[in-house]
Amino acid sequence: MIWKIFLFLLLAFVSIAGIAFPIVEKPSAWYEFPLIPGLEENAKIIFFHVPTAWLTVIAFFMSTIYSFKYLRKKNLDDDVKSYAAAQLGMIFCILATVTGAVWAKFAWGSYWSWDPRQTSIFALLLIYGAWFALRSSIESEEKRATLSSVYSMIAFVTVPFFIFIMPRIMTGLHPGSADDSNAGPVVDFKMNGNMQLIFFLSLIGFTILYFWMWNVGYRSILLREKLDKKLIRG
Amino acid sequence: MNSKSYSLFLKDFKSELRTRYAINALAMFIIVAISVILFSVGNEKISTSLTGGLFWVVIFFTAMSGLSRAFVSEEERGTSLTLQLIAAPSTVFLGKLLFNIILVFAMNTIIAVLYSAIFEAFIIQNFVLFLVSFILGNIGLAVSSTIIAAIIAKAGAKGTLYPVLSFPILLPLILTSVQLTLFSLDGISFERAKFELAIVVSYDIIMLTASFMLFDFIWKE
Repeated sequence: MIWKIFLFLLLAFVSIAGIAFPIVEKPSAWYEFPLIPGLEENAKIIFFHVPTAWLTVIAFFMSTIYSFKYLRKKNLDDDVKSYAAAQLGMIFCILATVTGAVWAKFAWGSYWSWDPRQTSIFALLLIYGAWFALRSSIESEEKRATLSSVYSMIAFVTVPFFIFIMPRIMTGLHPGSADDSNAGPVVDFKMNGNMQLIFFLSLIGFTILYFWMWNVGYRSILLREKLDKKLIRG
Repeated sequence: MNSKSYSLFLKDFKSELRTRYAINALAMFIIVAISVILFSVGNEKISTSLTGGLFWVVIFFTAMSGLSRAFVSEEERGTSLTLQLIAAPSTVFLGKLLFNIILVFAMNTIIAVLYSAIFEAFIIQNFVLFLVSFILGNIGLAVSSTIIAAIIAKAGAKGTLYPVLSFPILLPLILTSVQLTLFSLDGISFERAKFELAIVVSYDIIMLTASFMLFDFIWKE
């Protein structure tokens, strides 16, 4: 219970700090952020966009790990955990795409320009969508779990290409592309100390939130299945 | 194992030649797809890069139309259980893969020839590069399509689900192959395309390995 209160306070602080702290030329007070040329006020979206994108990859990774566990032990609980992770991954993927498109609008001028990283988040959205479509087309539980686990692992093989390789080697607009001389505001430390602090706090806060949501999610699905079985047996 | 997969491949190949069902359907599909493009484009002049992209559009949808037959026909005819009994999973996969590779090569050769004949902007300047990327891309296309065909053969809505599942898996291959096709149309030298060729080769190897390892789980009931 204590850690839930702590998480609430952490995320409240991050949200308020992320949105309300002013951006000034020469930050002097502890609550002021530096001015990054080209981004100005809009830099604050970094506190929300990067964590959602990061969580999408984590959720997908976890979904695949539990798929792998299912294929080895054939324990349906692992399939439920994989499903709960994928549900959250889908939500975060949509959020990452939307926040990315909003950032793109004022940084690059248009919502969507098929930049390699935008293409790769779109590909991830397609993979999640295809996975859910596959699951909904199979009736039998074990077959559904087996086939969706296999698809998850095949898709996972292509993910490193999308997330880590393609955006960095191809020329593009997103920070970190091949023709970007700096690696972006995060790695290049254009952010000063407090901005980095808020950023990492946001990352940590969202990650803890994700694990909590996933835990609640898979336990509720397991409980629902137990109840269904009880009702059938009478 | 090799001779067994080869006999499985021969069985599919011979029965295909006998009925010619898939070949006819695919040939008609290719003609229809290219006709639709021709009619939509009308009298507009299309650039070389556009024809390169459209080339892969037709290849993708023809593959989606034809490559699932390898496994779906076994399910429909009720022979998949027999197949499970007589051969190890990797043997079955190898046989089906061989069949799909031959099918992909045949289809894509027809598409390439038709494209060269119909679209004036589609002139291959660096033929060696085109040939190499053609062979590598076809192998990758066949491998991914075969494993996804195995998955959907056991699922419900087979036809509509196949492109949905295949597209994200094929996306790295399509993106790189379109680049390579554009390079060969523009006459870029083989040296400068080495990076993209490396990507396609690694895609082929990775998908082949992953498919062989995962096919056992799909195949065993």
